Formats: sequence, C-alpha cells, structure tokens
Amino acid sequence: MATSTDNIEQLANQDYKYGFVTDIDAEAVPPGLNEEIIRIISAKKGEPEWLLEWRLKAFRVWQTMTEPQWHNVHFPPVDFQDIIYYSAPKQKPKLESLDDLDPEIKATFDKLGVPIEEQKMMAGVAVDAVFDSVSVATTFKDKLADLGIVFCSFSEAVRDHPDLVRKYLGSVVPASDNFYAALNSAVFSDGSFAYIPKGVKCPMELSTYFRINAAQTGQFERTLLVADEGATVSYLEGCTAPMRDENQLHAAVVELVALDDATIKYSTVQNWYPGDKDGKGGIYNFVTKRGKASTNAKITWTQVETGSAITWKYPSCILQGDNAVGEFYSVAVTNNHQQADTGTKMLHLGKNTRSTIVSKGISAGKGQNTYRGLVRIGKNAKGARNFSQCDSLLIGDKCGAHTFPYLEVRNTSSQVEHEASTSKIGEDQIFYCRQRGLSTEDAVNMIVNGFCKEVFRELPMEFAVEAQKLLGVSLEGSVG
Amino acid sequence: MLEVTNLHASVAGRGILRGIDLSVQAGEVHAIMGPNGSGKSTLAAVLAGREEYEVTAGAVTYDGQDLLEMEPEERAREGIFLAFQYPVEIPGVNNAYLLKAALNEVRKHRGEPELDAMDFMALVKDRMQVLHIDQDLLKRPVNEGFSGGEKKRNEIFQMAVLEPRLAIMDETDSGLDIDALRTVSAGVNAMRSPERAILVVTHYQRLLNYIVPDVVHVLSNGRIVKSGGKDLALELEEKGYGWIEGVAEQVGA
Amino acid sequence: MTTLAPTEAYADAFEAVRRTAAAPDGIVDLRRRAFERFTALGMPTTRLEAWRFTNVAPIANTAFTLAVPAEREAAKADTAPHALGLGAGLTFINGRYVAPASDVSALPAGVEVLSLADVLASDGNETRAAVEAHLATGAGIENEAFTALNTALLHDGAVVRVPANTVVEQPIQLLFVTSPPPGGEPVMTHPRVLLVVGENAQVRVVESYGGGDSPYLTNTVTEVVAGPSAVVDHYKLVRESPSGYHIGAMHVRLDRAANFSSHAVTLGGAIVRNDAQALLDGEGVECTLNGLYLANGRRLVDNHTTIHHAQPHCSSHELYKGILDGEAHAVFNGKIIVAIDAQKTDAKQTNKALLLSEDAQINTKPELEIFADDVKCTHGATVGQLDEDALFYLRARGLGLEQARSVLIHAFAGDLLNHIAIEPIRDQLDVLLLAQLPGSGGGSFHVAG
Repeated sequence: MATSTDNIEQLANQDYKYGFVTDIDAEAVPPGLNEEIIRIISAKKGEPEWLLEWRLKAFRVWQTMTEPQWHNVHFPPVDFQDIIYYSAPKQKPKLESLDDLDPEIKATFDKLGVPIEEQKMMAGVAVDAVFDSVSVATTFKDKLADLGIVFCSFSEAVRDHPDLVRKYLGSVVPASDNFYAALNSAVFSDGSFAYIPKGVKCPMELSTYFRINAAQTGQFERTLLVADEGATVSYLEGCTAPMRDENQLHAAVVELVALDDATIKYSTVQNWYPGDKDGKGGIYNFVTKRGKASTNAKITWTQVETGSAITWKYPSCILQGDNAVGEFYSVAVTNNHQQADTGTKMLHLGKNTRSTIVSKGISAGKGQNTYRGLVRIGKNAKGARNFSQCDSLLIGDKCGAHTFPYLEVRNTSSQVEHEASTSKIGEDQIFYCRQRGLSTEDAVNMIVNGFCKEVFRELPMEFAVEAQKLLGVSLEGSVG
Repeated sequence: MLEVTNLHASVAGRGILRGIDLSVQAGEVHAIMGPNGSGKSTLAAVLAGREEYEVTAGAVTYDGQDLLEMEPEERAREGIFLAFQYPVEIPGVNNAYLLKAALNEVRKHRGEPELDAMDFMALVKDRMQVLHIDQDLLKRPVNEGFSGGEKKRNEIFQMAVLEPRLAIMDETDSGLDIDALRTVSAGVNAMRSPERAILVVTHYQRLLNYIVPDVVHVLSNGRIVKSGGKDLALELEEKGYGWIEGVAEQVGA
Repeated sequence: MTTLAPTEAYADAFEAVRRTAAAPDGIVDLRRRAFERFTALGMPTTRLEAWRFTNVAPIANTAFTLAVPAEREAAKADTAPHALGLGAGLTFINGRYVAPASDVSALPAGVEVLSLADVLASDGNETRAAVEAHLATGAGIENEAFTALNTALLHDGAVVRVPANTVVEQPIQLLFVTSPPPGGEPVMTHPRVLLVVGENAQVRVVESYGGGDSPYLTNTVTEVVAGPSAVVDHYKLVRESPSGYHIGAMHVRLDRAANFSSHAVTLGGAIVRNDAQALLDGEGVECTLNGLYLANGRRLVDNHTTIHHAQPHCSSHELYKGILDGEAHAVFNGKIIVAIDAQKTDAKQTNKALLLSEDAQINTKPELEIFADDVKCTHGATVGQLDEDALFYLRARGLGLEQARSVLIHAFAGDLLNHIAIEPIRDQLDVLLLAQLPGSGGGSFHVAG
C-alpha cells in the first residue's frame, strides 16, 4: 500500500513555474561598483544633481560598512564587484500607451498573471511593473491623477515630483541605516512611488510587480509611499525571477510615511526563485522595509514569503505619534535549502501606541526559518501595548525553526504579551483527516492553510487566493 | 457486516495481531477488552487503515468488500469511523470546517448532494445538544487546546454527525471522569440502531455499565481468547487480566 | 523577642517529635535522615535560583515552636470560616487531627481517609505498610530544605486511599487550621498529606489552610500517587492570615492514562510559596495545573511549578493568574521538561498577572527544557494593567470607577473560577473575590467570616 508520504511526493515536485527567461535585449552597465558606475546610472536616468550627491554619499558610507553577521543564515560571501548594478530592457524611451510596451515583456507579465492591461480594469488594481530594474508600465495613472494621487515609477517621480521625493527619500530608512540599505541608496535604479493627498481614500489597490530577468544582475529597487494626513491606501507587491544557477542579489528599500490619521496597508507576496532542490541558485533577498506612523496613523505589513534562497527582512514600524498602530502579519516558508531570517521591529515612541505581530514560519525539507523580532517600548510610550504571536510548523525532521523575540520595555504602564509555539505536521494529522474521508492532498492543504489563516485573513482577497496556491506549490513533496 | 479471519498484523516487524477471528453483524455492539499491549488498539488501527501496520496474513471483509485493499479515506467514506484514542490537533482548521468537508466527502461518495453551511449547521445542532458541545467548540481549531474530556466528546460528536455504519471507539473512556463518561455513553447509545455496528475497545469494565455490549471479547497476546456476554466483563474485572492470561495459555497450547 | 535561636527551636521540635510521635522504625529513620539534610541545607537564600526572588529571611529569622493543641473556643472561631460543608473531611488544628470535627462516614466502602498519626501509631497493618511504601517517594528530602524539615518533623496529616475501580463522587475536604496561642509566640505546623488513588478510581480532594491572627508557619507537603486511568481533582485553598507564612510542596506521580488536575488558590498569607511538581510517568496522561493568587499590601506569593513529561502522548495545561495590588510581589516560575522519549507531548503554559498599582511587582519565568523533537510546547506570559478603554466604557455606562474596576478584575479571574468543578468552592471564591477587591471595603484579602 502506498504511504501517504509517497502520495504527497507524487503530488509532483512541481518546479518553480515562474522560472522562464524572457528573451529581450537589455541595456546594462558593466559589472562592478564604483563612483563611476553610480554616475552612469544617475546620468542614464537623467537625475538632478542633488540625487547624484545623495547616492554618492550613500556609496561612501557603504564603503565603510561590513555585511551584517548576526543573522541566522549561512551563505558564501557575495562578491559585490561581480554584480551588474543596472539593467534595463531596451525599448522606446517613453511609453505613450500600454500598446507600445515590448510584446515580449507584455507576454511575460501575462504569463505571470499581472493585470497590466486596461481590460483588467474589473480587477480594480493599479499596477506598476518593474522589469529588472526599471519600471515598464503603470496603469490607471490618469484615473488616479483625478484624485490627486501620484502613482508612478520612481524615476518619473524624481522627474515630475522632485519636491515630494526630496522631502521623504531617506526620511524613514536613512542611507546609512545598514549595509544593504546603503548599497541600495547608492545604486537603486527604479521602483515605485505613490503619494496619496490629504483625506483621500485611494479607491483601488495599488500594485507593483517586480521581475528580475537578466543574468548576473542585482535588483535594487526603491519604493516610497507617502500617505498624507487622513489618507488611506492599500499596496500590493509581488516578485518573481527566472531559474538561474547563480545566486542573484535583491536589495530593496521600502519606505512608508503615514502622516497623522493616515492608513497604509502594505502586502507582499514574495516568490523570487528559491534555488533548486540541491540549493543551487536562487535569489538573495536582503530587504529593508520600514514605515513611520504619525499621530493616529496605522501601518500594516503583511507578507507571504515563499521564494528566495535567502530571505533577510524585517518590515518595521516606528510608532512615532500618539495612538499610532503598527501591525505585522507574516507567513514565511522555507523548503529544500531555503533559509529565512525575518521578523519585524516595533518601536513604540508615542503614547498609547499599539502593535500586533503574528508570525507563522513553516519549515520543510532542509529549510531553516528564523523569526527575529524586536518590540521596544520607549520611556515616553505610556500605555503602549504589544501582542506577539510566533508559531512554527515543522514538516519533516531535517528542517529547523528558531525564534528570537527581543523585548525592551522601559515603561511600567505598558502591556506586552508574547506567545510562541512549535509544532510538527505529521502522518498523524494526515491520517486523522483521511479517516474522516479527506484525501491526502486536501488534508495537507487544509492543515497548512489552517496554520496560516490569521495572516491570509489580512491579505486582499485576490492575493490571499494566490498565496494559498503558492503555499501548496512551495510545500509539495515535503510531508513525511 | 464485518468479517475478520485469521488476521495477523505487525508494526516495525514485530507481530502484534496473531490470528484474530471476529464477526460483527449490523445492529450489534461488541466490546473488545484486554490488557495493555494485547493488540486492542492495533486491531482498531488496522481496520481504519493505518499505514504503519502491516497485515501479514488473514482477511477482512466489510459488506463483502475486501477492506484491506481500501485507502483510509475510502473506508471512511464507506462508513467506517474510528474514534481515536489520541485525537489529533490541527491548529487553525476549525472543527466545523473539517466536519463539513468530511461530511460532504461522505455524501459525495454516496451520491448525495453536498450540504451548504446553513443545512450543515441545522444538522449539527441537535447532535451538539446530546453531547453537551458548545457552539464555541465548533469554531475552535480541531482538538486544539481541548481538554482530554473535550477531545473524546468531540470524537463522538463527529461520529454522530458522520453517521457511520461501523463505529470503532478506541479507549474513548481513558482519562474521563464519571460525568464525561456518562455524556459520551449517552451520545453513543443514541446512535445504536439496527443498521449500525459499534466496536468498543476498552481496558475497563466501567464504560460497559453505560454502553451495554451484546458480545464481549477478550484479547490477549494478539488473539481473542474468550468471548461471552456482558457478564464476562464483570468477571474479568473481578478476576483481573492475570486470569485471562491463564486462559490464553490453554488456548495457545 | 525570644531567647531561642531558630536552629535551636528546630532541634527542640525534632527532639519532641522523636520522643512523642510513635512511628515504625523506617519512619523514625526517615525523620532522622531528613533532619540531617535540613541541618546541612539550612534555610534557602536568594542565592539559590529557585528562591532568587523569594526572600524567606522573615521565616528563617524566627524561632518557631511546634504548635500545641489549641484552646477550644479559639480553635472553633479560627476554623469556622474555612469549613466548606462538603459532607466528608478531616480537620486538623495546630497540626493535629481533631476527630470530633471530622466525618468521613459517607464515603464508599473501601475508601480510607485517616489521620496519619493514627496510621503510624497502629499495628503493622496493610494501610500502614502502604503508607510506609509511598511516603517520601515523591517528595525528596535531598535538595529542598522545607520538605526535609517537614519530613524530619513528620507526625500527623491525612492519608487518603481509594481502591481500584472506585468512584468517590463526594469531594473530601482536608482542613488545616493554626490557632496560635494567646501570647502570640510564633508557632509552626508541618502537615503531611498522602493521596494514593488506585487504578481507574476517581476522587476529589480539597486542602484548605487558614489560621488566627498572630505569627505562624505552615510548612506542608502533599504527595499524590495516581494509578493507571485514575482521575484526581486536587484543590488547595491558601487563606492564611496576614501574619501567617505558608510553604507548601506538592509532588504528583501519574501512571498511564491518569487524569490529574490541581487548582491552587492563594488569597492569604504574608509569604506564600506553592511548589507543584508533577511527573507524567505513563502514556496518555493528562495533567492540569491551575492557579489563582491575589496579593496586596507587602505580601509575597510565589508559585513554582514543574511538569515532567517522561512518556509519549501526554498533555499538560497550565494556567496561572495573579492580581496584585499595593506593594505586593509575586513570582511565577513554570518549568516544563520533555524527556527524549516523550514524543507527541502537548504542553501549554500561560501565566497572566494584573497589576493594580505602580508598586506591585511580578517576576515571571517560563523554563522549557525539551529533548524530544515531535512535541508541541506553548508558553505565554502577560503582565498588564486594567484596560483603560474598558474601564472608561463601563463608566460611560454609569458604573462607578471602583465598581468598574471590580467587574474587570472579576472577569480576569473568571475563566479560572469556571474551571472549579466543586460548587461550594466556586461560590465561596466568588464571594471572597468580590469582598476582597480593592475599593469594595475589604481592604485585606484575608476575610474572616
């Protein structure tokens, strides 16, 4: 009789289905990093002098820094001189309409299911698509503009809204913040920018799809989101990359600014190429994401991390104003040789600030999953509250789960709760479901999705469905 | 309904069942008693199709079908229900959701239409009352954070909803206090019917005061060494399992 | 100020017990060894990890003498508030069994509820042999000074034996009251409880502790041995007076498929230490340790628990809740050990404390030692104040501040109270809790009457 382990393995060790390469010409700079490269990038993008200076300053800081060693992931040292820091698909310099988009790129996004066509209007999602390092298409721009909402590529924002960019760039993640943030500040090529004016509730989900295509290329995009007083926005981010044998570096920076009474919801489904079963290839995903919440503002990070060979990211909230709220909901999956060291920082500065952390780590194969979180309640954060819940699910006995919650409470009127659990999905649970009449496949899906439910609940509907599917694919062949 | 013939089974190469013969007809309640390690739970597991157990000889037919050829979920859909000795926790999956999925699998199998949420809730409501199941318990993740008594009640509750034709209760009484034992027994008794057979696996006689069996079998060392009426259980409790081991030796000789 | 040094007082007490309390040779020898251990260990200090936050200097610096039989009327007055009227139970005043205040006639045949002193003084019958066989097997005298001291001075207490397959539906109360002498010199008692529950048997036992208003020490040790599939509910109500010190240790050994639950409620005492240790020594055991403690003034309440999962498929649940006011100090230390063979263990520990004042303090520490790989262990700790929003909401609905506070505090304790299956206890706790909440006029958590 076939064991259920066999059955699950037969469910196909489905390969990474986003792993195709798009065959288009790319315009790239030579590998390596020096001030000259930065000047080339800045010049190619026609940037103003202040931005070049900002980049060069970041580069000089970066040169004095070393890579962080405290994390719980292991990989051979990255040769930062062997990376191509700028690659752009060759095409007309400026698109008049989506019809002008290179058909190959358009086909790629179609394959990915990215709704960049206007006909997807029904989906009600405005998309900015970043291909390698350059934003190639932004939809619904006009409709948004009617409300005063700016949603465009970072380069366009630098050109068309320099004051906004200059005011907020680096205001949440300074160039000197950490090694990878400094690198990004020096070489970032594009990304997304959104500004929601005072009191405006953005009527649709804003979305960016990131795609690394070219070989040997690093992707260093920069996202800056500003919700002015009383504004509300929900933003989605998705990522994929082709299958390649070498590791590729992705070092992004995301900055969120939520002014008084503003609400920002930032959701990520990260599905960069994770490498093959033997751990060859895959993306190194070293990302700095942080938001600053003013009085009564709220920032919610939701992430489903199924891809990348290595994930290193801690979407954080600086709860600066009184009554500010920070939330972090995360599902991180590591299968085969994937490693993830992820979590959040909640820095409570204002009075009555609140934060919620729900982290679900799933480890399968030889995957290693680390939750690392910091909750800091400052001296003046009277009445601050935090609730943290970190659950780990182990599938098989060669994987690992690690939990490092750091609590720093400098205020007696605050309330901090922490819960943690580690459990194992096993034959027992699957057999129990089968004895009740469910198939093995349904049983595994039910168990894993049940475990992640609290996080999926936070995702916009479309994303939640995609995330559930993704999870199934990421874990296939892993139960035993 | 269930015919077990010369059933031998082993786990990890160790022989546990060594020639079980058992015939259960619809409408009957059979109790299987025996000391720890006699093979009671193994028998229950083999009937449900647990894969760690290897059947090395013998046959089992269920309504004339070869039971041993069927996958666990097929057996479940055909109406075999195992109330687990150690009910498994499934975090995040709520009790009602699992039960609805299970019920609809069974209904699909029978060619009946699937139930929607409304009909499902109507169905479970009266079953909940018999077993003192709170609405709240239905919404909680399967068995997670349940006390031992709640887990056992939940098993019987699932059984009441799924309406199996052959119900196997594996030491459902262990760890239950007297009140919970009464509740669980009431739930089981409410299910007794001419179409349904119940196999009660237990270590102690007390449960059989409440669920009165038609036949009592005593299992020792992987074989049924004695069968009789409900008084056999009382006799067994009085004389202890040592008595039956003596009987077993005679049978084995 | 007494002229006697504390150590001399203990030596005198040991000598008195040796001379007067009849016991078989094995027990006499046990006492001697225990006294040697106690002498070697000395009173614990905060340098020991297990006593790091619990300073027992006020006990260590006091010369307690063994309590003598109490004056009748005073004893009656001190005992009355603690009697639950459960219909079956033994009463001990000043550490000694009081037959006229005890009645266990209503219990099923074969169930033994006896005075330990009577058992030890009896001829070598089966009961005495069983007591000798079990005594001090769970509660080791090697490392715990207070347990060693209790054992050295072992003379009376309760023996409860339930034969196999017997269900005792009626709860049994064991009431221990100290009625200090009128002069107010410090006295001590060292009660011992032994609970042996046979296979597939069921019993509920309530231990109650209280005393009069003058310094005394209750140093109690309880040992529970539960056979396969036994169901045991244990309640401990500590309502010592504001000048009473209470040190209690409970050691529980659980066989296959046994189901044990403990509810430790601490409402009184100047310094209270409850140690609970459970060994899950068979497959399929279910063990629940619950606790509720209230402290105000400068009182200190320390709960230490150890749950040792030695076998597979066992589950343990632990929920401790504390309410602290004034300058009260609480300690919670919850250790869970999961042995390498204890696969499929499910252990859950939760500790919540509610601080009603800026000066109240709690030290809470979960300790998980997990050696098996297929287990589920969860721990959670919360320390917090009353929810300002909820308070405001209630006040906006017309409740006074104090009333709103007491509603919320009561709600905080509610889920623990709901776990208490013996109605007279739950009712009494409900009343006590309400009476003792800050602002309800109680002031003190020790309420007589």
